[in-house]
Amino acid sequence: MRVDIEGLSVEVAGARLVEDIALRAESGHFVGLVGPNGSGKSTLLRCVYRALRPAAGTVRLDGDDLHGLTAREGARRLAALPQESASEFDFTVAEIVAMGRLPHQGAAARASARDGEVCAAALEQVGAAHLADRAFPTLSGGEKQRVLIARALAQQPKVLVLDEPTNHLDIAQQLEVLSLVRGAGLTVLAALHDLNLAATHCDALYVIAGGRIVASGPPDAVLTAGLLAEVFGVRAHRVPHPESGATRLLFDRLPTP
Amino acid sequence: MATPLKAPVPRAPGGPPPPRRLPLPPLLGGLGAALLVSLVCAVGLGSAGVTWGETLRFLRAGLTGGTIAPDEVSAYTIVWELRFPRALLAAVVGAGLSAIGVAVQAMVRNALADPFVLGISSGAAVGANAVLLFGALGSLGVWALSSAAFASALAAMLLVYLAARTPQGLTPLRLVLTGSAMYYGFSAVTTLMVFSADRGEAARSAMMWLLGSLGGATWASVPIAAAAVLTGLGYLLWSARGLNALAMGDETAAALGVDPGRLRRRLFVVAAAVTGAVVAVSGAIGFVGLMVPHITRMLVGADHRRVLAVAPLLGAVLLVWVDIVSRLLLAPVELPVGVITAIIGVPCFVLLMRRRGYSFGGS
Repeated sequence: MRVDIEGLSVEVAGARLVEDIALRAESGHFVGLVGPNGSGKSTLLRCVYRALRPAAGTVRLDGDDLHGLTAREGARRLAALPQESASEFDFTVAEIVAMGRLPHQGAAARASARDGEVCAAALEQVGAAHLADRAFPTLSGGEKQRVLIARALAQQPKVLVLDEPTNHLDIAQQLEVLSLVRGAGLTVLAALHDLNLAATHCDALYVIAGGRIVASGPPDAVLTAGLLAEVFGVRAHRVPHPESGATRLLFDRLPTP
Repeated sequence: MATPLKAPVPRAPGGPPPPRRLPLPPLLGGLGAALLVSLVCAVGLGSAGVTWGETLRFLRAGLTGGTIAPDEVSAYTIVWELRFPRALLAAVVGAGLSAIGVAVQAMVRNALADPFVLGISSGAAVGANAVLLFGALGSLGVWALSSAAFASALAAMLLVYLAARTPQGLTPLRLVLTGSAMYYGFSAVTTLMVFSADRGEAARSAMMWLLGSLGGATWASVPIAAAAVLTGLGYLLWSARGLNALAMGDETAAALGVDPGRLRRRLFVVAAAVTGAVVAVSGAIGFVGLMVPHITRMLVGADHRRVLAVAPLLGAVLLVWVDIVSRLLLAPVELPVGVITAIIGVPCFVLLMRRRGYSFGGS
């Protein structure tokens, strides 16, 4: 499912946090959103998974205006992993994943056999079937993230929105989470902090600064030393990976003038 | 210079064992039976000696419209007009406070929240005390107290709502802070009223009302409270999945297709209306709405479809017994219900919490 964002502006408490965003994610592509802290990444994504309403502009899924759909209909097409750490209640892993079926269920209806199958398959897919009976708050960071991905997959969406899904994870878990997401075959829109992870996992990158998109395209073409100095304020070296030859970035502080 | 150190890398230890959850059908069946037995006990036990045989006979007579002998009228009145509605009201109030406690804790995502944290009950107290101390709304007769309590509960709700509202809607922390601030404001007004009224007996009944009492139960007060509690509980059960999503956070709820702002607004109104209706007939009975939700989660986990099925029954049974104890412990003196809920509830709660490794609020 293709995602088209056109002319999108979002205001929170009267402040315009993102302005006139244009972004396209082709069906099945992994599109990365990078930018410094406070640049508007999360605000833009919140608007895409409907936690905020746009002040102007549209988010289209295969042409349908997302904010014109009912909340349930939207949640059947698009799932998200927000950044909030949600572990206050003693839900089990199975209960968390079952929440992914919410947009498919009637309020009073019991969970169907099909709901059970979808949830079991989602847990299987992220390699967390053995955690089903565990209490969610007792899991490690990587396990939690896998379970939340399973919840998103249980929604059976076509589009997945991730807000910094690798935060607080060790390096092996970071790679695992991103390859899991890549392997799910969905259209993915993800905010990422680690530019090397973004460069290796994304089909296209959008760079956001001060609430506006300042560059976009294939990672290799976007992440130039000039742009990284201007947007992130760092001196970057592009070096080839010794085995694959793909470009990797090394960072130093910019020399102070 | 530091020497490089290399030790074998240990494997991460496995996590703690999964939490134990009680199966729902036997638990619900057991609690239902316990409630029936408790109601009968509540009707049979009391300082006026009525035998169990008579109690059951009077109950049957009352329920089926049978006849009783003329010399039994006073015993019948104690059973049918005093004890039975009182027992039913205890069950209704216990169920209502427990269900609303569950909803409010999910709504503001705060383990310390209870039906009273929104400031509704202390608002109701202002109205109730105006009646008790100054005879306000005298034209409404026996309905003056509950009408005044309910009306001022709704006024308090409106005030808290308007004060807590932001352009982003009702946010959990603001709701708790506003409600708590209003709680102290309303309490100050009530205290002021108690001190400025010079009737000692009225001050005592005001005190009784503030700590909660089921002594005012009549056949007139049961149906209204029961209707409010059942309607509210119905709405909560219908919204149980939405409550699960809301408990995970507003953004997660939005991503799952639940509008957190709209759900929280509706929950606020339901919580306020049910709390108002319950407080109007029983005063501010503390502890039940705070602890029964936690005890229920320790038994059946956090899924609101299970919690909302079990908590009302558990709260009903608990309050029926609390009322029995409050009547009998220092008979004929009646103790405020809130004293007994704490005396029974606190040890129960601490024991369960220590035994079951409960970790609401993170470990």
